[in-house]
Amino acid sequence: MLNLVRRHRSLRLVGLLGPGVFWLLLFFNVPLLIVLFISLVERGRAGGIRLPPVYTLKNYADVFDPLYLGILGHSLRIGLIVTGLCLLLGYPLAYFVAQRSPRWRDALLLLVMIPFWTNFLVRTYALRLVLGADGLINAALLGLGLIQQPLDLLFNEFAVIVGLVYGYLPFAILPMYTSIEKFDYSLLEAAADLGANPVLAFWRVMLPMTLPGLVAAVVLTLVPVVGAFITPDIMGGGKVEMIGTLINRQFGVARDWPFGSAISLVLMALVLLGVVIYFRSGSEQDRRAL
Amino acid sequence: MTDYAVELRNVSKRFPGPTGEEVIAVNNVSLQIRDGEFFSLLGPSGCGKTTSLRMIAGFELPSAGEVNVRGRPMGQTPAFQRPINTVFQHYALFPHLTVGENVAFGLQMKGIAKTEIARRVAEALHMVRLPGMEKRKPKQLSGGQQQRVALARALVNRPQVLLLDEPLGALDLKLRKEMQLELKTLQREVGITFIYVTHDQEEALTMSDRIAVMNHGLALQVGSPNEIYERPNCKFVASFIGETNFIEGILAAPGNGSAQVQLGEGALVRADASAGLTAAPGQKITLAIRPEKLHLPGRPGDANQLTGQVDDVVYIGTDTQYAIRLPGGHSVRVREQNTDPASRPLAQRGDAVTVSFVPQAARVLVD
Repeated sequence: MLNLVRRHRSLRLVGLLGPGVFWLLLFFNVPLLIVLFISLVERGRAGGIRLPPVYTLKNYADVFDPLYLGILGHSLRIGLIVTGLCLLLGYPLAYFVAQRSPRWRDALLLLVMIPFWTNFLVRTYALRLVLGADGLINAALLGLGLIQQPLDLLFNEFAVIVGLVYGYLPFAILPMYTSIEKFDYSLLEAAADLGANPVLAFWRVMLPMTLPGLVAAVVLTLVPVVGAFITPDIMGGGKVEMIGTLINRQFGVARDWPFGSAISLVLMALVLLGVVIYFRSGSEQDRRAL
Repeated sequence: MTDYAVELRNVSKRFPGPTGEEVIAVNNVSLQIRDGEFFSLLGPSGCGKTTSLRMIAGFELPSAGEVNVRGRPMGQTPAFQRPINTVFQHYALFPHLTVGENVAFGLQMKGIAKTEIARRVAEALHMVRLPGMEKRKPKQLSGGQQQRVALARALVNRPQVLLLDEPLGALDLKLRKEMQLELKTLQREVGITFIYVTHDQEEALTMSDRIAVMNHGLALQVGSPNEIYERPNCKFVASFIGETNFIEGILAAPGNGSAQVQLGEGALVRADASAGLTAAPGQKITLAIRPEKLHLPGRPGDANQLTGQVDDVVYIGTDTQYAIRLPGGHSVRVREQNTDPASRPLAQRGDAVTVSFVPQAARVLVD
């Protein structure tokens, strides 16, 4: 038996890949197919779907209602702002960490990762305590006499953006750190030697060479942020609607599973389309980054 | 007033060491490098040659002293504003750019017109014998080709001084020999001052107009390859460059240009002491004699004749090397060219022989 496996490469391949492929199919693709199915049928009266199923495309048509397209656009806008902030904050931080001695590097990376070990909800609620009307920031500013009235820092788009940046910054830092850490600094010396000032040396050499990390950071933050629903809910206090909160509501209070499934799939298709367009236009190097 | 291409005036560089104490990488070095010269900094690793080069390039600033380029003090001038280009040890080619873009980089930084850049890039690649390679990526080239691209990328800027940091270190021996001659020819053609860092004494001797031998942060001796080889001023220089016999002795009579030295067993020899001998009679000194300057059997006309016994005979193709034990217990190596058609050795193991040398062949070293 063992000899048979050893002799036949394809058998060995099946043996090695089989379990993984099986679990992927079971836990990713089957649920996805279920969602696809639900999106194509009429809703049931008290949630769920109408049985026996009645097939329809109405759910998809509803997604393109201007109201929902507006929410989608709004989500994309917030996603781009948050991703941009994550890159702007994360890149210097990743660079700073990569510059330290190995011992410091490990300690600093640990600090970046510690929040992962705390429940996301707890962390988000903690942020509410910081931004709230009687929170840390307002209390400090009032105490210093810099303001007379507490600032409106919570339950608005600003709060949602702060919450999302806080939540997804580590996802941006880690891939960028991996790229920066591999960067050969003698290339910056070479650029300086050839007459490039530090800004040009960064722009022409370091940035293009660490681009794979940046691309990975964009994918890892933009995709989940656009679909986020917990943070907008908690930090927005129900006043900031994003596509994620919309979907969440369809499966909750609105009890319209088919519509929720349809939005989910449209969102997924959009994200997929974006990634495909990017990689079609991107270079070989960027493709290998993921 | 003569302006040197590069002048180091009492330059020192101190680094904080790993355990907190200061490490002196370059210790009060003064060098004058002439315009159009092929100048080598030669020494073992950690001798301060690369640090010196980096201070000229502007990657490091001296802790003390001054670096002048064409008579202009560099002070705090950053690397990107110096009229100097470097060929790095591992080439440091930009991997994300093509060969053409790599070579064009420096010209783009100067804001030169696109058509002019294309022309000069093509010209530079032609000069390093890589014409038409603009579209390749550095990774697609061999080590030797990458080396040439690095050279083209630096030379295309027509720098006043070109620095080369062990540029041939990563190449195999045969390619290295080829590149040595090519570099030397190229330097003569472009007429740019080359400052070349190497730990390979043969490389330095082959290519340089002048060499500075460095050790422990000090520039021990500066001179032409001939001066460095024939008249080393200390034991380190004598032993680092080529092979040398060191024979300890006592200075019997310091003369004008030539000195009498007492070797073990009473043998009295005359030696060269031209360069400011500071030792007094009776002081211990070292005689340095190159193996090929010793003759076996002794030539009748030579002023110094020693007797000894052949310990070992090693045939090395063009030459044969003989180890001779002198009566005082010293062993010296003698190298004789194999001019005999059958390369028959001039002596056998155990033979009693005489060895001779002229006074000019032996250097008196005090250290």
